[in-house]
Amino acid sequence: MDCRDSDKALECKGASKSFRVRKLARNGLPAKSSHGSGLFLRWLSPTERVDAVKEVDFTVERGEIFGILGPNGSGKSTLIRLIATLLLPDAGEIKVFGLDVIKERLKVRRVINRVSVEASFFKKLSAMENLSYAARLYGMDMKQFRASVKEIFDRLRLPPDKWYEPMEDLSRGLQQKVAVARALLSTPMLLLLDEPTTGLDPVSKKEVQNLVLDIQRDHGTTVLLTTHDMQEAERLCSRIAIIDGGRFVALDTPANLKKMVAKDGEAPTLEDVFFRLTGRGLTEPYAGEGNGLDG
Amino acid sequence: MMGDSLLKIGWRELRASYGLVERNFNLVKRYIGWEIVFLFYTVVNTLTIGFIGVDQSGRGGERVLYLVAGALLWGFLSILFHEVSESVAWERWEGTIEYTFMAPIRRLTYLGGVCLWATLYGAIRTIVVMIAVAAFFRLDLTRSNLLGALVVLLASSVSFIGLGLVAAVLPLLSPERGAQATHIMEGIILLVSGVYYDVSVMPRWIQPLSVLSPATYTLKAARAALLHGAPIRDIAPELIILLAIGVVCVPLGLIVFHWGETYAMRAGKLKRSG
Repeated sequence: MDCRDSDKALECKGASKSFRVRKLARNGLPAKSSHGSGLFLRWLSPTERVDAVKEVDFTVERGEIFGILGPNGSGKSTLIRLIATLLLPDAGEIKVFGLDVIKERLKVRRVINRVSVEASFFKKLSAMENLSYAARLYGMDMKQFRASVKEIFDRLRLPPDKWYEPMEDLSRGLQQKVAVARALLSTPMLLLLDEPTTGLDPVSKKEVQNLVLDIQRDHGTTVLLTTHDMQEAERLCSRIAIIDGGRFVALDTPANLKKMVAKDGEAPTLEDVFFRLTGRGLTEPYAGEGNGLDG
Repeated sequence: MMGDSLLKIGWRELRASYGLVERNFNLVKRYIGWEIVFLFYTVVNTLTIGFIGVDQSGRGGERVLYLVAGALLWGFLSILFHEVSESVAWERWEGTIEYTFMAPIRRLTYLGGVCLWATLYGAIRTIVVMIAVAAFFRLDLTRSNLLGALVVLLASSVSFIGLGLVAAVLPLLSPERGAQATHIMEGIILLVSGVYYDVSVMPRWIQPLSVLSPATYTLKAARAALLHGAPIRDIAPELIILLAIGVVCVPLGLIVFHWGETYAMRAGKLKRSG
């Protein structure tokens, strides 16, 4: 793999990203309407810049599973997109194994892969066809692909009769397993998991979580996980950052985060930690949600 | 990778380009019902246009071949333009845009794969339609310079790929309306290029636009080769213009696409909903 001799898998220094959004959208009036007065109002509405990620600093060690907890609209997905080279930061520096995500974009792309909350597949194509396309994009030869894909599918317990079915005929859980399989196919050094278990049933959720632990243990893969599932974060992550309004409000091990807010001998949960640090629960969205920004 | 030779890099990028061709071939297989319907419609549409020629000059008249050649060439060029210009819109519709755009391949590789597929797909569809229509009208192609017509098609492919690349940036800039804008561009080319009529019949103020359209030169040269068996040297001026448009448009398209992608990455439009 083409990466610097860095002991840090990920370095994020002062990363910021803001988007221009229409004020109308933030005031609850039609933001996406394409008809009549809604569209007209949208065009006339003045714009403003909204911070999605604001001066975020953190590092992730090689082989670590690092979690980012935050409600919808807090900036989790924007941060993942910045690292995944899909967005350009307004300010700050992001390095993946010592490679700059702007200047060395192509090299960064060779060592990362991403699983997003939505299954990003050609819906009519089968799992095998989608993964074959991925293998070609990542420069794998087909012999290597066929051996790897079988091993990964078996490991994920994806029934062989589902391998050749169109993705649109698979359940959400199976689709997400295929998305994980596709990410593992390129043996990434840094795996970006953007709410990979959202919407999965408890059994599928557990299977995906076990797989994340397996690949970290067996391959030393570094994992950056965003979630709003407290138990998931606690089970998988060695350290957790809590993001609110685009800023990290806390970053530590789960145990230390709990200690930080513990009072009078009580044993707080991660949800208590989040509530005390941000003033609200995880189920309450960030005030910026609905402004056209992502999580 | 740092130690990789140019040959190895080239081979890897070529395989990735082929991946796009294979992916689109698999999509055609999965949407085979629609493909058959579209093909049937194109054959019928070309036949109706041919019948206008029959009405004007009788079966076997030159007018039939003139109109059929226009329909076939436009069919090929519009497929080429569509496949290239709507590649980004298609990825967005499928929800794969982020995955494809964060893959470790050069953008040239991606666009090269799209163009390769567009040329193959367009050529195969056009050949199928041509065989069906030639059999139906019993077109006499014995005096035609078919090789010359093929050379014209190849030369025009380059310029249309360039135009397609310029248009492909529109869905990147505006996810909601970019794809619609490509249709406007295509419509204007159809209007001004003399697909079914000579450009001289158009109002004087529109005629200068035909000079800018590569389809004008494609149709003129291909018709000369098909209808009158014109040798390559006779159609050389049109071929040179077509190649010149391609030489300008392809790099321009790549530059515009790069600029559009950078804008999309800055504005957060490189995602399924834009």
